[in-house]
Amino acid sequence: MRVQVTINGEKHEADVEPRLLLVHLIREVLRLTGTHIGCDTTHCGACTVILDGRPVKSCTVFAVQAHEREIMTVEGLEQNGALHPLQEGFMAEHGLQCGYCTPGMLMTSHAFLAKHPAPSEDEIRHAISGNLCRCTGYVNIVKAVQHAAAKLRETAGAGGAR
Amino acid sequence: MTLRTSPEVGGMGHSIKRKEDPRFIRGKGTYVDDVVLPGMLYLDIVRSPHAHAKIVKIDATKAMAVPGVLAVITGQDLAKYNLHWMPTLMSDTQMVLPVEKVMYQAQEVAAVLATSRYAAADGAAVVEVEYDPLPAVVDPHKALEPGAPVLRTDKKDKKDNHIWHWEWGDRAATDRAFAEADVTVKEQIYIPRIHVASIETCGCIAHFDKVDGKLTVWMTTQAPHAIRTVFALVAGHVGLAEHKIRIISPDIGGGFGGKVPVYPGYVIAVAASVLTGKPVKWIEDRMENLQADSFARDYHITAELAGKKDGTLTALRIKTLADHGYTDAAANPSKFPAGLFHVCTGSYDLKAAHVEVDGAYTNKPPGGIAYRCSFRVTEAVHTIERMVDIMAHQLGQDPAAFRMKNFIRPEQFPYKSALGWEYDSGNYGGALQKAMDGIGYAELRREQAEKRKRGELMGIGISSFTEIVGAGPSKHFDILGLKMFDSCEIRIHPTGKAIARFGTKSQGQGHETTYAQILAEELGIPAADIQVEEGDTDTAPYGLGTYASRSTPVAGAAAAVASRKIIDKGRKIAAHLLEVAPEDLVYEPGKFSVKGSPNRSKTIQDVAFAAYTNHPQGMEAGLEAVSYYDPPNLTYPFGSYICVVDIDKGTGEVKVRRFLAIDDCGNIINPMIVQGQVHGGLTMGLAPALFEEISYDEFGNVQGGSFIDYLLPTAVETPKWETGHTVTPSPHHPLGAKGVGESATVGAPAAIANAVVDALWHLGVRHVDIPITPPKVWKLLREKGVTE
Repeated sequence: MRVQVTINGEKHEADVEPRLLLVHLIREVLRLTGTHIGCDTTHCGACTVILDGRPVKSCTVFAVQAHEREIMTVEGLEQNGALHPLQEGFMAEHGLQCGYCTPGMLMTSHAFLAKHPAPSEDEIRHAISGNLCRCTGYVNIVKAVQHAAAKLRETAGAGGAR
Repeated sequence: MTLRTSPEVGGMGHSIKRKEDPRFIRGKGTYVDDVVLPGMLYLDIVRSPHAHAKIVKIDATKAMAVPGVLAVITGQDLAKYNLHWMPTLMSDTQMVLPVEKVMYQAQEVAAVLATSRYAAADGAAVVEVEYDPLPAVVDPHKALEPGAPVLRTDKKDKKDNHIWHWEWGDRAATDRAFAEADVTVKEQIYIPRIHVASIETCGCIAHFDKVDGKLTVWMTTQAPHAIRTVFALVAGHVGLAEHKIRIISPDIGGGFGGKVPVYPGYVIAVAASVLTGKPVKWIEDRMENLQADSFARDYHITAELAGKKDGTLTALRIKTLADHGYTDAAANPSKFPAGLFHVCTGSYDLKAAHVEVDGAYTNKPPGGIAYRCSFRVTEAVHTIERMVDIMAHQLGQDPAAFRMKNFIRPEQFPYKSALGWEYDSGNYGGALQKAMDGIGYAELRREQAEKRKRGELMGIGISSFTEIVGAGPSKHFDILGLKMFDSCEIRIHPTGKAIARFGTKSQGQGHETTYAQILAEELGIPAADIQVEEGDTDTAPYGLGTYASRSTPVAGAAAAVASRKIIDKGRKIAAHLLEVAPEDLVYEPGKFSVKGSPNRSKTIQDVAFAAYTNHPQGMEAGLEAVSYYDPPNLTYPFGSYICVVDIDKGTGEVKVRRFLAIDDCGNIINPMIVQGQVHGGLTMGLAPALFEEISYDEFGNVQGGSFIDYLLPTAVETPKWETGHTVTPSPHHPLGAKGVGESATVGAPAAIANAVVDALWHLGVRHVDIPITPPKVWKLLREKGVTE
């Protein structure tokens, strides 16, 4: 089947089997390997991408379900050489170790902060509870998301003043 | 610890940001499954639904009809090359693919080679295997009973399921101490089978180039060099020589011990590539990972502790049954089949101890690897910390005061334990006191007393652990004969930048950063100017790899020693440049200056340039060094953890309200990274304490074989860890460092279990096995007559 998706603002087309998983379209057909696979059963969240503004686990979405829709992956965070505040936050707060869950964490957090610009720690912990991390113990991931939230609010505030 | 370098240089003690992060936060890491080679084939594996069965027939007809399927590989095919069995790291034997029978549920039965991942899976789904089921031996106690079905019928003359008996310590002295004791306690402690479950599963791409006869394997391995040698030894007879094998361990998505062994999938992929001359990729899925890869723990322990009326501990006696599955595929140093379990006297000055372990075969996956710990150290720590707590409660003494009384005192170091270890350094009372002050211990005890009056269940648990890491001195430590040294090779470029390569392999620990900091500390070259590489056997010096918290104690020491060799040569070059004698120079990181004339100096960068442009006559050009470091002793990190739990009487849920960890890993390389390691380790201590277990029903069906029922803690269950440290340097490590990656995993479960029992002791509860799940606690509460 012909599938057309917009990933990180760029249009892509591919001929795919109807059963092809979105994560395999992203990783293997389009070779964006920042999105990872950790469980195949929607538990670990390593494959999280943003589909039309909502975080989805791309191991449980068919590529054809993303037809004519917008996807954002970790590769879309950096804009014109400037890191996204979430990326800065994860580095500044030591929110990653092996880096395998990180792209999924970034995507979930990105979608979450878009709707919850000033979250509590508890809200952040619940928001990322569909993403498993085996290395960090989550404390610094929470701090990284808080770091980004503060930075994004600052930017939004500055933008509003203009 | 005083800082010797500026933040710009970034030596030890600076929380510099990680060099690894820029690629990971952009999704630009390269993990094994990210590697794609032209013409690559895919492997999928057919697995057994039975725990024990004869293979009657494997019919590949339907599989071969699936478009894209090229071959179905069976044990018979591998047997032609004598590759159907392989040695384990403990010199037992493990099937690559079975010829006669399967020994556990999810064991590899056949492999399907195809042109795509989906075709390989389609093929695997329709390989028809006819089995003749055999009775499964699940319980290791029953496995050792007379008349139990003998599992290893492949071993001639094997008449039972007993693998080995191992014992250590002075039995007579221990028995005597028990006979003379005023008080003894005894407990059965089961430390269940668990799985490391790194978020990246295992996999490889094997690429045999038929033209130059070279095999390259990208592989999820913590020990690339050892793997290369094992491949050469095992497959030498089919023409694979060690200079024609290259193992590349790229970015690794968590290891924790699970990526030390050689799994059958790797070997099948290599065999398939050698036969076809094409690259072959094998990536296991999560269920394969949990159900078939090496497990950890599974120790059935009977422990006894003896003491005097006044609360002085005197002796420890332990008997353990170790369930190894169908083959002993532990990853221990050869000499120690039960790992370093005999560090089980812990932080206490016990005069006598004796420990026995028996290994048993059962119809379960092989293993006995670590779960983020140094060779059975968690099992040891959990046992002694539970037993000390039981004794304290039994005597009606406060568990903190009781520990203080029995600790090895600071002036006793170096301390020879009753089981023969020489502890390098420690201040156990200092760490516990800091933890008590930090958490407000006395106030918590008051709160607990008040709550108890109201019928509320609150517990305070302590764990004052001593680890044993950094294997290890070559006199005692080897794996398959390979001595457990590790290595660092440094090359200083003419412009004063450097590259350093190591025999270890980071899986998230941040070696690219911390090793650069060690070099910065020693050489004064900014960490930012130092490139660290690991994981490619064609370029890195030989080493035994990263596990058992050995990278800092062994390879970190190699980095310091190699750096000092550079400085020795650098001193001669600087003397030549300054026209003085080498002994007239003083060195501080990055600078040689003339004694008494500090203005006459040369930087390490000046020296590096001169090493290639103006080196003294008679001296070799260049500035390079290598060290293969053989540690004189192990290191003994320690700490004291205090955990506060509240137990819900209605649901049985244990809620960790607070958890304070005071760790002592000697001198600290990067405080930010150390704290991150402790956070992660604590979470992998919480996990088996409250959630994780892989169990089997009576037929050998695995329970806990997917993330549906093998529960990793999420951000919601994980407490907001509180951390702190004391610093007691290792006297024998060149940097005074000890290693920290696993301390928290080792120490945390006992703190949590002790807190739960502390909350329930007054009800008559002496012990609860981990994982302490809500159903387990709920049942216990109802048995003790507690209702909502």
